[in-house]
Order: sequence, then structure tokens, then C-alpha cells
Amino acid sequence: MVALVALLLIIAACLLAPAYAQWAGVDPFSSTLDATIKIDGQDVPVMEQSTEGLGLGYNPIDPTWQLGNYFLGADNQGRDVMARLLYGGINSFLIAGAATILTLAGATILGLASGFFGGAIDTMISRFLDVLWAFPVYLLAISLSIVLIAQGISIGPITIESGSLWLPIFIIGIIYIPYVARPIRGQVMSLRKSEFVMAAIGLGAPSSRILLREILPNVSTTLIVFVPLMMAINMLTESALSYLSIGVQPPDASWGTIIQDGQGLLYTRPVVSLAPGIAIVLTVLALNVLGDGLRDALDPRSKIKIGGR
Amino acid sequence: MLWAILQRLWQMAFVMIGISVLVFAIFFATPGADPAARIAGRNASPEILEAVRKSFGFDQPFYVQYLLMMKRIFITGDLTSFVNRGWKVVPAVVDTIPVTLSLVTGAAVLWVIFSIIIGTVAAANRGKWADKLLMILGLIGISMPVYWLGDVMNLITQSRYKDTWLFSWVPPLGYQNFSDSPKGWFLSLVIPWITLAILYIGLYGRVLRANLIEAMQEDYVRTARAKGLSESRILLKHALRTSMISFVTLFGLDFGALVGGSALLTEVVFDLHGVGKLTYDALKNLDLPIIMTTVLYASFFVVAANALVDIAYVFLDPRVRQS
Amino acid sequence: MLSVRDLCVSFRTEQGVLRAIDHVSFDVEAGEILGVVGESGSGKTVSLLAVMGLINDPNATVTGSIRFKGRELVGLKPSDLRKLRGRDMAMIFQDPMTALTPVYTIGTQIAEQITTHQNISKRAALDRAVQLLAEVNIPKPEEAISRYPHQLSGGMRQRAVIAMALSNNPSLLIADEPTTALDVTVQAQILDLVRKLQREHKSSVVFITHDMGVIAEIADHVMVMYAGRIAERANKAEIFRRPLHPYTRALLDSIPPLRGPRPPRLRAIPGAPPSLLHRTEACAFAPRCAKKIEICSLKPALRGTEHEVACHVVNHG
Repeated sequence: MVALVALLLIIAACLLAPAYAQWAGVDPFSSTLDATIKIDGQDVPVMEQSTEGLGLGYNPIDPTWQLGNYFLGADNQGRDVMARLLYGGINSFLIAGAATILTLAGATILGLASGFFGGAIDTMISRFLDVLWAFPVYLLAISLSIVLIAQGISIGPITIESGSLWLPIFIIGIIYIPYVARPIRGQVMSLRKSEFVMAAIGLGAPSSRILLREILPNVSTTLIVFVPLMMAINMLTESALSYLSIGVQPPDASWGTIIQDGQGLLYTRPVVSLAPGIAIVLTVLALNVLGDGLRDALDPRSKIKIGGR
Repeated sequence: MLWAILQRLWQMAFVMIGISVLVFAIFFATPGADPAARIAGRNASPEILEAVRKSFGFDQPFYVQYLLMMKRIFITGDLTSFVNRGWKVVPAVVDTIPVTLSLVTGAAVLWVIFSIIIGTVAAANRGKWADKLLMILGLIGISMPVYWLGDVMNLITQSRYKDTWLFSWVPPLGYQNFSDSPKGWFLSLVIPWITLAILYIGLYGRVLRANLIEAMQEDYVRTARAKGLSESRILLKHALRTSMISFVTLFGLDFGALVGGSALLTEVVFDLHGVGKLTYDALKNLDLPIIMTTVLYASFFVVAANALVDIAYVFLDPRVRQS
Repeated sequence: MLSVRDLCVSFRTEQGVLRAIDHVSFDVEAGEILGVVGESGSGKTVSLLAVMGLINDPNATVTGSIRFKGRELVGLKPSDLRKLRGRDMAMIFQDPMTALTPVYTIGTQIAEQITTHQNISKRAALDRAVQLLAEVNIPKPEEAISRYPHQLSGGMRQRAVIAMALSNNPSLLIADEPTTALDVTVQAQILDLVRKLQREHKSSVVFITHDMGVIAEIADHVMVMYAGRIAERANKAEIFRRPLHPYTRALLDSIPPLRGPRPPRLRAIPGAPPSLLHRTEACAFAPRCAKKIEICSLKPALRGTEHEVACHVVNHG
């Protein structure tokens, strides 16, 4: 319950990003190296001249801890970290959520087809899943990202531009399909042998009807339990890809890209990297707690376990 | 028995071939992805593109390119990098293996020991505050991005508290060969070990606790109680011993994946030039020969770990031994 | 030997307090086999688990008195109780397939029980295990000790479990439906075995079952339980010749008679056992009882000396 409230608060805060940026009067997507802000009535430049070394470098301003006034300080391009954090959150949630839908949809189709029809279809799908399974997910995600991020992809009528948010969604959505498809396949196979499905087959109901009316509703509990867990995993994966600069592309931001932005400033202005990391930890933690709760409530004997790397 | 081994080998071969074809296809057959264009640079002229294609053999059919590459990895071993021409790929990958192996093995030791302690203590105190605290800590461990945790560790040990007695022993980032200095090797890996292990301690601690609690409901535990055994003996000798079967399965898979390159985020953060880092760098340059080799190596480890898990089963579970 | 007085076991549940055992008193004499019979949920297993001190559910409360060889067990320190368990009293359970830890050999598991309670070497304990397995008629006991549970048949496993239970010569053996999960032919062998061992070891046995046929085979005394209370208690001959409680009669009517003409139809007991959650002051069997009268809305006391019965309707000896 606490987890759900925390999660909703985080989402609500992120959705307020445009309002926050407008209120604070900052543009989180363009560099503002020569901007100045007022602190205690004094004009302070966002980028301070460095006093170390030759004095040529610039250090972004430290957190002011004043809401709407570079609350978390600036990044290396003089942008308001707080505003970027909120905007980045929208993308992080969007990608995690959309990828979850994609994973669950793909896994349901493959799991149902493989578990229900069996035979050659099952063998084909299972072997394919075996191969994907044996491939460390991060390597697969990175391979796909690197190839696609620069050029984009066009399959028939669908073209995804390079730099589009759909690329990470598509990649993350695909790589986790085996993780969900396997348990679903197992469940469908045991349902297939259950008495009520046998009865429906005996009554001459068409396969499509059995799949939709008898099997899908029974699988849906498992799917619901997977939603928060997959969201959590997807959010971590997205942030990792973005951290390696092969996820969300600039000028868009996600929590992962902001951590990456802060790398050069890690020892001088750690807050740039720390803040989005804390946001990720809190969100993923809330999702995991929620997933635990859902599992206990809906499917107490299930074998679904958190994690999966 | 022989049949089982053959079947196993065939399965391994199938998965490895599948993965290598998949990776090859990702780089060559993905619509819109042209490796020649990537190698030649963003604004290369058509002539240069054509020349690149020819010299790298991209003008040949897909399967010829694939077979050629496999031959040069496995038979002649003289495959060279696309980016640094003349750089032999197979030795380059072999060089990185000790780094990754050191990182992952040390972390594995930590995570096995601590997750068993945490899982057992939590299960023994089920529902009490110790259980709740440990499980929340475990969940936090699972929820942290590993590279970010690495950043935080670096911030603490390399910058903020570098000069205090607490962390003055931490060497600068990077790997030190065991043969050069065992002490340096150990010190350079302590922080990476902890960082990598934290996620798995959380994960395994939680899984083990759940398995133990399930095992404690079993009939054989009731029998053990009726025998007059102490609760701690029942938990350790009966429930834990039985739970180790699924624990080892999980461990084999994760260990294989990590040695195979999944530890790359940790390697990147701590500047350890292991297999993951090599793969990552090669991916950035689209250096296909290296990518193919590391991916094959990775899949080999994953599949080999699977096989090792099966062998471990024979020792852990007498029910498997028979068949 | 064992003397149980006013034993009550309650469980706190989300729906309220469930009183599984309601003021149960009984004795087990040395060398006696007491058969405890009743349907599932009648409290026969729970009451004996309480004797063993094996009710460790945090939501359970056990009150009353359990005296074993003159020692009060209710409120005894867990560590002291543990020393009695497996040494002076042992229990075997219904399903031999799951009662043994799958990853240890039979020998290891028997030796574990011996070394827990006796100060002897592992080697000596294993030798003793071989003897015990021979005693329960397991063929080639020297080989059997290095077998894993899954390598033995159900009957063999149950013999191993019995051997384990007897390993420290307990004076009280509690057998909870040890034959229910087995084939009929194996059942008879196990019953013979229990009888033989009981005679040789001079132990007392409490034999829990829902099967009147098994009771007829093995028990000296019979205690019929219903809804967590004792319905009737007498020696075996009395119970079979002159069942007093309507429930006991119904139980006997529901098994085919050994002699005489076959009844056209076996009579089942109508209805289902009552919920233990909301106990009323009435006789628990009243809702299913054909002979119910007005006074049955009051809880009947257990009356009689040699043949006790808790029923308002019957006039007993």
C-alpha cells in the first residue's frame, strides 16, 4: 500500500515536469551556460569559473535547495537538474511501461501458441526461446541497441527513426520475452490437460474460443503479477542502456542518461548522478514491493521470483 | 549415460550455433544497419563504401561470411579486428578472461556466503523484525542499478573518503594482475566484488528464504521434529540442504552469464578490462570479429554453466543420480 | 503411562478462534494399543500432536494437562520436550513418501535419531540401524541403509519410518494413519508389524485411523472422536458388540459387515462435520443425528466407567 502511494507520488511528480519547468523558468533541453540566477538577491552564474588548475574550466552550480531555483543545481551544460530529473522520469516510466506491455503481449502469444498447440510449433518456439535464454540479456540488448540506435530500423511500413524512444522500448520489450513466455507456456500446458479444458474440447469448442475463454483468463493472473516485476526490471535495463549512451538519445533524457551526464562531474557535483539513481532505486523498490504484494494476494503458490539478469 | 552426454553436447552446440547466427544476423541482416557504413564513417563517399565492403568481405553472401568467420575463429584462430587491423581477436579475448573470472568468482564467493546467512537467518526469524529488516535490505539491493552503486562506491572510496583511514587502502581504479602482485590484485577488486555481490546477495537471500520457508512446511521436517532434533539442526541439515538444489541451479545460470560478459556494467564503472568491457568497446566500434568471438565465448559459458549445474545436481539430489 | 486431562487446543484464525480440541481427557496404559478413530477434522491427529509437543503454530494455544511417565508436558521447556521426542515417545505419519528427507540415506536418517539421543558413535548407530531394519523385515538391511528414500517402495519406506521411530526404544509410539497411503496387502503387513513390535518392545501405541476395519485389527481400547471431543470410549470388544453413541453406530454401519448377509446399501452419515469456529453449547453431532431430542441442545458429558459415552439419548450400562 505504501509502495503504491509512493509510486503514484513519483509518477505524479514526473507528470508535473512541464509545469515545474515553466514555473522555474528553465529550459531543461538546451544548454544555458551563461545563465544567471538570483540567490538571496544576488546574481549568481549557473556555471562558476573553476578555481582549480588554470582556472579555465567551469563548474556547474551546486544545489541551492530552493524549489524552482536550480533546486538540485545544474549539469555540465548549465541545465536545471531538478527539471531534467522530472522530465527524465516521464521517459523512464514510459519506456518501462510500454516495454512491459510489449513483453507480456509477445510472451502471451508465444506461450499460448507453444503450450496449447504443442508439436512442431512448440518445438520451434521453445528452441528459439532457448537460444534467447542462453544469451546474457544485457549483451543482447546492447547488441541490438548499438546496431539500431544510429540508423533506426524499418520493417515494411514501420519505420523507427534513430533516437526515437520506440527503439529502447522495442529492444527491452523483446529481450525479456523468454523470461515470461517460459512460465506461461508451462502454465498453458498444464491447463491444456486440465479437466475443464478437456471438457471444452470434448464439447467441440473451437480452439480460438478455448484459448480466449478458458485459458487466457487463467493465465491473466500470472500476467498481472508479472506487470510490476517486469516494470522494475525494464526500468533498470533502460537506465543501464542509457548509461552506456545506447538507450534514450539526447536531447531526450531519462534517469539513466542523467546519471551518464553526471559521470564527468561525479567527484565535483555528485548530486547530478546521485539524484536520478535515488529516483530509480525508490521507484524500482516500490515496484518490487508492489509485485511481492500482488503475488502474495493473487498467486500465493507461484514460483515467480523477483530479479532476472 | 553416453546418450545423455551426446544429447547434452548436441544441445550445447545447437544453442551456440543459434546464438552466433542470431548475433551475426543482428549485425548484417537488420534492416537499415550497414556495417560498411559504420566502419567507413558517417559521410563516406560511395566509392569508399564500396571499397570497405570489398575489403571486409561484405559483398559475399550472408552464409559465406558467417562460415568464413567461424572458420577463422575456431580453426585457424587468425581472425583480426575490423578496427585495429592486425589485432588478433582470439588472444585478445583470452587476455581478458582472467579479469572477468577474478571479478565474478570473488563476487560469487561473497554472495553465496552472505545470501545463505541472510536467507537462513530471515527464515529462522520468520515474521520477526530481523526477517523484515533483512528482506527490505535485500529488496533495496535488488533495486539498485549496479553501475550507479559502483558510482556511489567510487564517490566514497575514490573521492570523498579517499584520504581517511577507512579507504586509504583502496588503489586507483583498474585491474592489477595477480601474478604481478597478489595483494594489489586483491585490493583492486574488493570494492568491485562488493558492488557486484550486493544485487545477488539480495536476490539469493530472498529466494533462499522463500525456499526454506517452503521446505519447513514439508512432511520430512515434521518427521525431523518428531525425532527430537533441534530447530537449528532441522533448518540447517534438512531444510537448507534440500533448498540448496534450487539455489545451485540459479547460481550456475547467473555465474555463467556473468563470466560470459553480463558483468560488463561493473567492469565499465571500475575500469576493469574484462570480457564485458571488451565486448562493450567492440560494440561501440561495430568491431564484428571481436563481438562474434566474445558472444560465442559468452554463450559457451552460459551453456557450460548449465551443464555444470546438471552435474552438481547429481551430487546434491540423489533422485537425479539414479536416472 | 500417558494421562491427558482437559486438553484444549485452539487456533487463532482470521475468522475467529477455532477450538480444534475441546476438553479431551484420556489415558494410555503401559503396553496397551489405543485406537483413536474419527473422520478428518475430528481432532484425532491434533490431540496427539499436542502430546508430542509438535504444535508449534504461533497462533495455537494448548491448555490442560498432559502427564507422561509422571511428568507434566504442557508448559515444559521446548528443549526438555525435545529430549523426550524421538527417545521416550515417537510418532510416525501418514504418508511415507514425503516423511523422509529426500537427500539423505535411510541409514543416515535413522542414525541421526540415535546419535541425537544416545551418546554413541555414528558407526555404532549405523550398525543399530541395520538391526532395526532387519527387525521391520526389510530385506538386505545392510544394503538398505545406503538407499535413498526414493529408491524404496511405499511399504518399505513406511517400515523404515517405523524402524526409525523405534530406534531409541520409545515407551510410547504414536502412529498417525500409517497405513492409509499404502496398498491393502501392505497395510496388513504393517499392522502385523506394529503388533509384533509393540509386544517385543513392550511399548504403548496410540493408533490413529479413520478406518474401523483397522481398529478391529489392532486396538485394545478404542476412543471415538467427533468434532474435537470424545464421543465414546471402551475396549474393542465393547465398541464392536455394543456401540452406544449414534456416531459410533453410524461409523460401524458405514463399513461392510464381515459376516452375515450383505446389506443392500451401506449407510453413509448424512451431513458434514460442524465448523469448529463457532461452537455452540449443543451436542456437536446433533445436526446429523437421527435420534436427536430436545436435551441435545446441551453439551453432553462423557459418562460411564468402563464404557464411556457422551450422549444424552443412550442409557448405558
